[in-house]
Amino acid sequence: MSVSITIEHAHKQFSTYPALRDVSLRVKQQELVALLGPSGSGKTTLLRAIAGLEELDQGRVFFDTTDMRSLSLRDRRIGFVFQSYALFKHMTVFENIAFGLRARPRHDRPGSAEIRKRVGDLLDLVQLAGLEKRFPTQLSGGQRQRVALARALAIEPSVLLLDEPFGALDAKVRKDLRGWLRELHERTGQTTVFVTHDQEEALELADKVAILNQGVIEQIGSPDAVYDMPENAFVCEFLGEANKLPVHVAGGQAFFDDAPIFGGIGLNRSGPASLYVRPQHIKLADNGPLSLPGIVERIRRNGAVRRLEVAVRGYAKRVELDLASSVAPAIGERVSMKFTSAHIF
Amino acid sequence: MSDITFAPRAPDQEISGESLLTRLVLIACALVFLGLFLFLPLISVFAEAFKRGWEAYLAALADPDAASAIWLTLYVAAIAVPFNIIVGVAAAWAVAKFEFKGKSLLVSLIDLPFSVSPVVAGLSYMLLFGAQGYFGPWLKAHDLAIVFAVPGIVIATIFVTFPFVARELIPHMQALGTDDEEAALTLGASAWRTFFTITLPNVKWSLLYGVLLCNARAMGEFGAVAVVSGKIRGVTTTIPTQIEILYNEYNGAAAFALASLLAALALVTLVLKTFLEWRYADAIAASTHR
Repeated sequence: MSVSITIEHAHKQFSTYPALRDVSLRVKQQELVALLGPSGSGKTTLLRAIAGLEELDQGRVFFDTTDMRSLSLRDRRIGFVFQSYALFKHMTVFENIAFGLRARPRHDRPGSAEIRKRVGDLLDLVQLAGLEKRFPTQLSGGQRQRVALARALAIEPSVLLLDEPFGALDAKVRKDLRGWLRELHERTGQTTVFVTHDQEEALELADKVAILNQGVIEQIGSPDAVYDMPENAFVCEFLGEANKLPVHVAGGQAFFDDAPIFGGIGLNRSGPASLYVRPQHIKLADNGPLSLPGIVERIRRNGAVRRLEVAVRGYAKRVELDLASSVAPAIGERVSMKFTSAHIF
Repeated sequence: MSDITFAPRAPDQEISGESLLTRLVLIACALVFLGLFLFLPLISVFAEAFKRGWEAYLAALADPDAASAIWLTLYVAAIAVPFNIIVGVAAAWAVAKFEFKGKSLLVSLIDLPFSVSPVVAGLSYMLLFGAQGYFGPWLKAHDLAIVFAVPGIVIATIFVTFPFVARELIPHMQALGTDDEEAALTLGASAWRTFFTITLPNVKWSLLYGVLLCNARAMGEFGAVAVVSGKIRGVTTTIPTQIEILYNEYNGAAAFALASLLAALALVTLVLKTFLEWRYADAIAASTHR
């Protein structure tokens, strides 16, 4: 059973600051949505509001067409995975996973054989078969994470909500679990919302990414859409890296230090603006129209590419660009940069 | 090569330690203090109690007044301790798991019995329930006795021992946070089930620790009980007040025989407390190590 989630005009005020300001969001059935944002952006509050763990001051949450205010927390059937996992320390893995089944009202409670079978299936699903007698403290971080997930799935939730699911894990385990969660989602088709501050995680895992900032959704869209077509300066700066140049826009071109450096801008824009260009969208080229001259100051290895830092006259910071080719200019060399793609805000 | 050099360290010296002499002097001071103020009095209590041998000791305890005092002490503790467990757990639960107005006031109120002299507490009950007190005439009219009777002793004991359970539980519950409870609720557990299967097991060691201290104080309370009980021999005397009476009558052997019971209670409490601290340390480590 998978449902859609609709949030309408959610508003939540904490004592000193607004955590959510008029947030509306729609998550389709079986969709995997990431709530991405810096800390304090309201992403966890939004997730908790969907779960019903946080009461909204204004606004409503619907699962399909059911207003969640009409249901108590226990009737909502939320699969919630806490950042801390919140495993019950005095219970074994088996008892943790069985907790939701045993907590059901008597007429709805499965028998012990049925519970054993269901827990066994879930242990297989999260690849922890054989560990059912362990206590949470005897498990690794990644294993605890999966126990928490199995426990949440045991109640056959209508939606799965995960708060920073990989926050407390080291990089390697994180990557493995990410792929595994994606597979699990494809298999179960559970409507899933997860909170993360890790953009790589959000972009890789989610069907849709909602970027939050100071209680507002800045942009929501597919990973490609939010990355390639940021709608505002915040999204552009938050996702990936970008050089920010102060420019003057006129006649469809952006001028830096009175020289045109980028063209093809809508003619309806003019005046001072900021130009954002990602390191991988800068090429070294011969001098020519629409290019920016500079002097190479530093070259560093950055994973698969080399990162050049170029000093530009009239710009306090250095322009950073990624060079994939094995031929690199020398430090101190004069270069000319061409922007293959840029955003003006 | 590094050009930093390290001064050689004397082999008997800890890196951050004091010199041997300083350590010996400090340890000796601590031991002398402990001996003079703790062990010596404790030993003398038992020595006095058994000065005239086993038979005199048992006879002193079998005295009807003494037996009645022992019985009353157990009776009062059996009411006050469970009462304070229930109210203390409820107060700790409210403080640790919920945000509400006046929370800091409630926390200071919980501490109040520790900052008020028990005698003052006892006198305030006299003022409320005594013959000349606010409710005195009403109580008399309805043939109810609170002061100079067992109910007064129970109330005074509850007041004095109230903070122990709550104070042990609040920091522990606060440290645990609300994630576990929220998890249980989203999994469909009722509030009661959540409390009994999640919250209570999580704090069982600190609860037991608080109960132990509460009990020791409930049985040993003197000031408040002395005031409200009126110390009617064989009727409203508890062990501590009976000890005082006996001692004032120069019946040292009987007084010390009863005192040895309280001292033994203190020793048992100490042993259990040490054991729990050891267990409790494990439980705390487990709860933060996740």
